[in-house]
Amino acid sequence: MTEIDKQLSDLRQIRQLMERSSKFISLSGLSGISAGIIALIGAFAARWRIHDVLDFNNVVSYKAIPSFEILYSLMYELILLALITLILAVLAAFFFTNKKASERGESLFDSISMRMLVNLAIPLVTGGLFCLFLLKENISLIAPAMLIFYGLALINGSRYTVDHIRYLGMAEIALGLVAGLFPGKGLLFWAIGFGVFHIIYGAVMYYKLER
Amino acid sequence: MKNFISNLNKAFENRLRLGIMSILITNEWVEFNTMKELLDATDGNLASHITALEKIEYLEVRKAFIGKKPNTSFRITKEGKKAFKDHIDGLEQLIKKSI
Repeated sequence: MTEIDKQLSDLRQIRQLMERSSKFISLSGLSGISAGIIALIGAFAARWRIHDVLDFNNVVSYKAIPSFEILYSLMYELILLALITLILAVLAAFFFTNKKASERGESLFDSISMRMLVNLAIPLVTGGLFCLFLLKENISLIAPAMLIFYGLALINGSRYTVDHIRYLGMAEIALGLVAGLFPGKGLLFWAIGFGVFHIIYGAVMYYKLER
Repeated sequence: MKNFISNLNKAFENRLRLGIMSILITNEWVEFNTMKELLDATDGNLASHITALEKIEYLEVRKAFIGKKPNTSFRITKEGKKAFKDHIDGLEQLIKKSI
């Protein structure tokens, strides 16, 4: 090995160690795809329940003006549905990322991935709590707020993982802001942001980096 | 060409030392075990190079206890940062000159 070869391989090692010691790089594209599909199913289920209880076509029918009781039970049903969707999506995302991490010898629970998760969680938990206030005050802003806080969370966490998750974060924020202009269309925007965007992003990641 | 090589720091001639510094430059405090895993090094080997780097004050050591287990972490010093940066600059010049 010549002197230059040695220095070049030194540089490669430096670069690799700097990245490996500070970033969690085993995020799997399949995680994005599966979470996106689950989000879409959740959104369709929610749409079906809403249209089942509230009849939008027939304004003169008795269903057009539902009682508060019906509205509240629908709201709790939707909250439960949202929680189930969230749990399933997180589980699916963990499953594929854990699989990829163990293939690459990274751990899902070391100091690096923990740092990523903590940074992701700060805006996310803030947003989640904020949405609880909105649930009482202004339901139509819940979907925009979820998208915006989620986007901020991704951008905040992106420093500790693959860089291009920033772009997904920016897209979610932009979508969230646009969604704010269309009250009543929250579920549609929610499905685009959490469903379609995840699937597109996951598929691009998967085909670019994992095959 | 000779004077470019002289820009390279003798303290980093060893691979493991360069590795230790690479990790410390991007992280705040790094634990011994994390370092060991990332570098795939043995306890003794890693410890001796860390001691050498501590002696020339390129890194500082913090000893703590988590429960009853001793837990040692390291952080790069100002001098260490400068030395590492100069070393990388030296490498860059060396490679530029030879292409």
